[in-house]
Formats: sequence, structure tokens, C-alpha cells
Amino acid sequence: MSASPLDQVAAATPVQMATKIKGLSDRAIAWIFVTPTILILLAINIFPLIWTIRLSFTDFRVNRPNAEVSWVGLRNYERVLTDPDIWTAMQATAHFLIWTIVLQVLIGFTLAYLINKKFRGNDLWTTIIVLPMMLSPAVVGNFWTFLYQPQIGLFNYAVSFFTGIDPSSFSMIGDVNLAPWSIVIVDTWMWSPFVMLICLAGLRSIPDSIYEAAECDRASKWRQFWTITIPMVLPFLMLAVLFRGIENFKMFDLVVQLTGGGPGSLTELSSINLKREAFEKWRTGYASAYAVILFVTVFGLASIYVKALNRVKNR
Amino acid sequence: MKHKILTTVIAGAMLSLGHAPAAQADNLTLCWAAWDPANALVELSKGFEEESGHTMSFEFVPWTSFADRMLNELNSGGNLCDLMIGDSQWIGGAAESGQYIKLNDFFDAEGITMDDFIPATVVGYAEWPKNSPNYWALPAFGDVVGWTYRKDWFSRPELQEEFKSTYGWDLDVPETFEQLQQIAEFFQGREIDGNTVYGAAIYTERGSEGITMGAMDVLYSFGFQYEDPENPYSLDGFVNSPESVAGLEFYKTLYDCCSPPGSSNAYMTENIDAYTSGQVALQMNFAFIWPGIHTDANVGGDRSGYFPNPAGPNGDQFAQLGGQGISVVANSDSVDAALEYIKWFAQPEVQAKWWELGGYSALRAVVEDPGFATSQPYAQTFLDSMAIVKDFWAEPSYASLLQATQRRFHDYVIAGNGTAQEALDGLVEDWVEVFEDEGKL
Repeated sequence: MSASPLDQVAAATPVQMATKIKGLSDRAIAWIFVTPTILILLAINIFPLIWTIRLSFTDFRVNRPNAEVSWVGLRNYERVLTDPDIWTAMQATAHFLIWTIVLQVLIGFTLAYLINKKFRGNDLWTTIIVLPMMLSPAVVGNFWTFLYQPQIGLFNYAVSFFTGIDPSSFSMIGDVNLAPWSIVIVDTWMWSPFVMLICLAGLRSIPDSIYEAAECDRASKWRQFWTITIPMVLPFLMLAVLFRGIENFKMFDLVVQLTGGGPGSLTELSSINLKREAFEKWRTGYASAYAVILFVTVFGLASIYVKALNRVKNR
Repeated sequence: MKHKILTTVIAGAMLSLGHAPAAQADNLTLCWAAWDPANALVELSKGFEEESGHTMSFEFVPWTSFADRMLNELNSGGNLCDLMIGDSQWIGGAAESGQYIKLNDFFDAEGITMDDFIPATVVGYAEWPKNSPNYWALPAFGDVVGWTYRKDWFSRPELQEEFKSTYGWDLDVPETFEQLQQIAEFFQGREIDGNTVYGAAIYTERGSEGITMGAMDVLYSFGFQYEDPENPYSLDGFVNSPESVAGLEFYKTLYDCCSPPGSSNAYMTENIDAYTSGQVALQMNFAFIWPGIHTDANVGGDRSGYFPNPAGPNGDQFAQLGGQGISVVANSDSVDAALEYIKWFAQPEVQAKWWELGGYSALRAVVEDPGFATSQPYAQTFLDSMAIVKDFWAEPSYASLLQATQRRFHDYVIAGNGTAQEALDGLVEDWVEVFEDEGKL
């Protein structure tokens, strides 16, 4: 009888080491493995968070190392919450967030539904569809500026082909009415495949036997879709919405490359606005308060959402 | 013993061959923007390496992220850069935060005098506080916003005839902004050699400083002033004066009527592309591009001409200063070698070579040389432009002032929100808030 892999590892372990580990409890060994992760988490997540909260109550500016730092209480929070520019950025973020999620869910789910059907070239199409999400957002932002170029851009030519409108007569990223949609289109193009992949996992997890039982009960395809497919994919879909919601709330690189926040401040999302306050104006204390408010907002909304998600899963 | 003999032999051999190691050979890192002049500086600096024995490394960052990257470096107390060719607006902050070394004593000891440099570049690139003899940099690269035009298009008889019959004056270099707009209108949407061309490529970029540099270039000549000359930091009635409003309205008109489609976020690179690809008749841009335009395969040589910023409605004529000074970073581990570089760079023969390589020297001995004005087709325009410069705030809080300007100008000029008066009134409010935060009001 040959030795199991476990026996082989035990046999290969030096006696000195084996003895040492032997004296430890399972709990101690678990701590040994987990401690480095916890330390890294504390160093790069928890400590900066606490430090940011502390800075948010001061008038500290990182570009004035020689200046005296004063404790300003809640003044930074008050100024952030009463700053109309910040509310404008929040509105731009909300527009971007809502529309990208709606479109990505619709397109992602439709693609997943189609790809889930057995047809020739299925794998090839799946690979082609997921290509955009493998690109860097900065690169995507950059090359879409060329696609949106009124004189040479393919996007404008495509619109012209279908509508007859002169391609150089409109500018997607320069027009106040079109610019907010230009970033929605690019983000949807890039991330719908991600939603599709998650939905596809959901669709493939539905046992065929349920559909077979429904067939026996003479349920129509439409009814099967609404009473089997949608409820069983919903937890996956909600998970995709959570991921995309959090990601798009902090969207930065793609939009900066595409519009720079313009025209005016129309596409200046909260994260871009925050970066300008923190690393261009160097209002560190103020920007810290702004960051804390954004963090609490995302964390609060995500927590409520996760509770709803769990309720759906447990149904 | 054997080891000692070997060492002595090697040392003797090195001395006899004249290869004694320098007392202290440092590796200096020079930080600047990634653009054509930086390549010229790499070439120029080879002379320093040969003379001094020091080696040079370079950290060049594209303009749109130059301030982000380098100010992060300075503010975090990094020592990546020994020498910094930083933007003129950084002087105030860098001086007050001790990020640059004050150079007065060094200049005195080495016989370098600021009287040898173009006065505007000394004030703009080296002094803080402005107009005080406190020097934090040596003027390194003179630059100013000017205009490039398609000389070959201007000289076509059929276009000249049509232009004169439309506007009543000869199609030529504009002397006023009104004339410039007429030329831009004339070319907008015109078919030339089978291609549709446009009037003028102007600065409209939102993210860094583009639209501010462009709009201010116009506003100065219309009568804009940053503050009451008699009462510093008093802005109301100066920033938002009727003349300033007219200037900003003009800039919007120029954007609306005469810029190429899709140029809502254009700065230096985009304007160069628009011009060299034959899309526009006029291009607003900093003078640093002129050597590249002159040698360009599509539009170079006699096909292009250069002119300084035209005059405003009251005859005032100003231009936005660009360019930078070279400073020694206080955190550098090689301060002595960095100062050695500045001493070498300030020499007239090095400055003359700098100009030859495509760098705009700010040394008067170079630009006042009798042969300078005719040395390149754009040299006289450079001199004329440098004589009329004005610059943006160089306060330690310049970034807040700049970001407010970017937002207000882009919102009005590009997005078309509100009026010019509202934009400038809002700018006064923003700037007042910044100065109040600074304790200056």
C-alpha cells in the first residue's frame, strides 16, 4: 500500500520543525498563518483610515509641512456638506452610477442568456465579449477619445451611418447634453461582460430538472423565465450590481482620461473632485473629511444592500 | 603585503594614465516635463558629464501629470530629484515650505547675476516674493504663448482676394484679436486642397491648466488684472471688470465660431496635432513648439509663420508667460553637485548651445546677440513675445486658484453655462475664499 500525500509530507518534515509545531494548538497555528495578513491589513487599510479620520478634524495641508496644524472640529464636514460643487459632483456620480448599472444589468443579463444557449462558436463568442473588461480603464478612456473624435472617430461615423447625421456636427465629450452619456456608454461597453459572466454562472447553476418539471406542468417559456430563471439568477445579479456599484462609485481613471471632468464640471465625479481637493489643491484636512463622508456613504449603502441580498438568498 | 603592493601598482597606473577618480562623482537626477526641450537638455547635459565627472539621470513626466507627480515628490519630502525644472507657479509654495534651496549666496559666490537674464524670466521663474531679490531658481527655459499660422494658405492669391473683399483688409498676420477672429472665421469650414479646414486651435483643456493659460492669454490684452495694483489681494472690480468680461466673452466666441470640432479638451499636444495634420489655419501654443513646427514634414519651413499675441480693443498687448527656472531640491543628497550643474548651465557658451539645440535661453547675452533675431524664423517673435508677458498667480495656494479658474472658465466657455460676468464674479468669490483661508484677507 502506497503512503498518502499527507503521510509523505509528514515524513519529509524535519524532525525539529515537526516537534515545534507539535507543541502548538490548532488555534495557535491558525494565528501564525493569519497574523501576517492581519498586520498588512492594519498597516495599509485600518491605520490610514484612522489617520484620515484624525486629519479630517484639522486644517492640515500636506504641502505646508512648516505650517501649524489646528484642530477645527466639525468645520471641514460642515464645509463639505454645504459646498454646492460637491453636491454637483454627487449628482454627476449618481447619474453615472444609476445608468451604468441599469444598462450593464440589462445588457449583461441578455448576453448571458444568449451565451447560455448551446450553439456553435459559443466559447469563441464568450472570449470576444469579455475582452473589454481585460483592458486597463486608462487605456480604454484614451482610445475612446479617438472613437468619439468628430472628424475621425468610428463612433460618430457609426451614428452617422444609422441616422444620417453629419459625424462632425456633434461631439460626444464636448457637448453638455452628450458628455454624461459618453462616459456611461464607455463604462457599459467595458463592464457589461463582467455582469454577463456572473449571470452566466447563475444561469448554469440552475438544474435542468427544474425546467423539465416545469415542462411537465406545461409552463410556458415566458412563465419559466419569470418563475424559475429570474428568481434563481437574482442573487447573482444582485452581487454583480453590488460589485459594479462600489466600483463605479469610486470611478476615476476612465473618466479622467475621457473627459477630464468636463465640459465644465459636468462629468466631474466625486472621486475626481476628491482627488483635486486632496492632491491638486492640497487641502488635506478638508479632503479627508470629504473622503470619510464618501466612505460612510458607500459603506452604509453597501451594508443595507448586503442585508437585502442575504434576504433574497434565504428566500 | 602582496595585496598592498598590488593596490599601490594599480593606483600608480591610474594616476599615470590620468584617470584619477574625481573627488566625489555623483549621479544627479534632473526632473522636468516630458517634451521636446527635455530631449535637448539631455543632449546639452552630456557636456556637463564630460566636464564634471558626474553622471546625469532624468525623470521626465508628461505635462498633464507633471504637477501631480512632482509636487507629490516635493511634498512627500522625497529625494528622487536633485534638480527640478519646476513650473513658475510652484516657486511660492516651494520657497515657503523649504523645498527649494535659496540661491542668493551661491549666485554671489559664483558671480552669477540676475541682471544677465531677461527681466520677465527672473521675476517669473526665480523670485519669491515677486519683485524681491530672493532667488530660488535660475531662469532655465523662456517660454510664452504665441501663434503659428499657415503662411502658405495666407499667400494664396484667390484666398487673399476673397478675404479682402469680405473683410476689407489684406489677409496677413493679425495685429488685433478682432482681426484674428476674422481670419479664423474666414478659414472655418473652408475646403483647402480637398480637405475641410478650421480656424484656430486654442487651449480648452479642463484637467490641468489648459483653458486658464489660453483664456488668460486673451484676457490680459482686454484689460484683465489679477488685483488692485494699489491694494494687493483686492480682486473685485479688477478680475471681474467689464474689460475682463469682454475678454472672456471673446474667448468663448472664438471657441464657438472657429475651433475644430471635438476640441473641447485640447492643450499643447492636441493643438500641435491639429496644426501639423493640416486641420487649422491658426494655432495658439507655447513657443517651445516652434522648432518642431519649423522642421515638420507637413507644415514646416516656409509653410508656417509665427506671430506674438495680438493687441486687445484698447491697444494693450500681453501674452501668457510659460517656461521654468531650474532649482536645487533641498532634500537632495547631492546639493554641491547640483549647484555645480547650475553654475555650468549659467555659462554664456552653454546657454548659446542650449538655444542651438532648441532650448529657449533666457540669458540676455544670447537673446540680445545681433544675430539672434535672424538665427531662426521664430526668434524675433520669441523676443517680441517675451517683452509682453504676464503670469498667473505664483502664490503657495496657486493650485487652488488655478483649479477654481479652470472650473469657472470651462463651465462658461465650453459648457456654455451662465454668462462671462457670472463666471468672473464666481471666480472672485473662489479666490477670495482661498486668500481668506491663507490669512491674506
